[in-house]
Amino acid sequence: MKKLVLFIPLVIFLAMGVFLYKGLFLNPQQLDSALEGKPIPAFQLERLETPAEIITNEQLKGKVSLLNVWATWCPSCKYEHPFLVMLKRKNLLPIYGINYRDERAPALEELKRQGDPYNVNIYDKDGRLGLDLGVYGAPESFVVDHNGIIRFRYAGPIDQRVWSETLYPMIQQLQAEAAKDGAS
Amino acid sequence: MRTLIKIMGGLVLLFSMTTAVMATPVDTYEFKTPENQKRGLSLAHELRCPQCQNQNLIDSNSPVARDLRLEVFKMVDEGKGDDEIIEFMTSRYGEFVLYKPKMETKTYILWLGPVGLLLIGLVIGFIFIRKQRISGNVPNEISEEDRRELDSLLKRNNK
Repeated sequence: MKKLVLFIPLVIFLAMGVFLYKGLFLNPQQLDSALEGKPIPAFQLERLETPAEIITNEQLKGKVSLLNVWATWCPSCKYEHPFLVMLKRKNLLPIYGINYRDERAPALEELKRQGDPYNVNIYDKDGRLGLDLGVYGAPESFVVDHNGIIRFRYAGPIDQRVWSETLYPMIQQLQAEAAKDGAS
Repeated sequence: MRTLIKIMGGLVLLFSMTTAVMATPVDTYEFKTPENQKRGLSLAHELRCPQCQNQNLIDSNSPVARDLRLEVFKMVDEGKGDDEIIEFMTSRYGEFVLYKPKMETKTYILWLGPVGLLLIGLVIGFIFIRKQRISGNVPNEISEEDRRELDSLLKRNNK
């Protein structure tokens, strides 16, 4: 019995070792969004292409959609861009862009040159909407359901792997939910 | 001694100056009152920058940190309470941004863990010391044979 007691520190040490070793492989940048399960924050912002047109959060409701935060100063957004253009061509769901802390002219130029994957582009010059969304860097993408509730946040560029392993299955499920709601 | 005091005094002055410099954020923001400034700065010191993790809002010069810092300062000047400002931050960026986590069921281990470990250590130490003292108190009786041998050894040594 006494000898067993002597092994307690070793057991504690091993348990902590396993715990900390696992911690080494966690990505500290992968943060849970505090907004998952909450509605899109209220906003009234200009449309990127036409400053006179005001977009509000109400307009993003109705369909399962992808909200993508991007900017011309963000290299990872350039990497992600062709994939989004391809998604747009497949016409699976509306993609709404939030042009985050950017200038209008270069942003429009970029879309002209690289293709425009967005159904609507919201011009968030001061980053206020970004702040309300808890954005800490671009690109970030939000999966929004048909009621305008944020269901998932993905920080980082979307590529084929992330899309087919994480985002698309979730979107399909949400679209099924939306269809059920629409039918009843 | 006097020179030592002078050197110490100089060091104290130097350190107080460096902290005063560090307390000034990169961008200039005019607080309405010095009290607001104190509160705003201390709040921003306790909030973590979501982008440059391990830096607080004052230390970091990433655009996100600058926005959030200004937002915190503005809210302080608007007279919003600390709780309200912290709620604003955590509702957007999660509890991750708090350098001082809230006292909740899931953070009890964080807050009380060190105290618990200290107590366990003290208890173990106490038991250990007591045990040793008890074994030390046992009267050192030696047998008649040992005593004779000891005497003869001592005698031999004294010669």
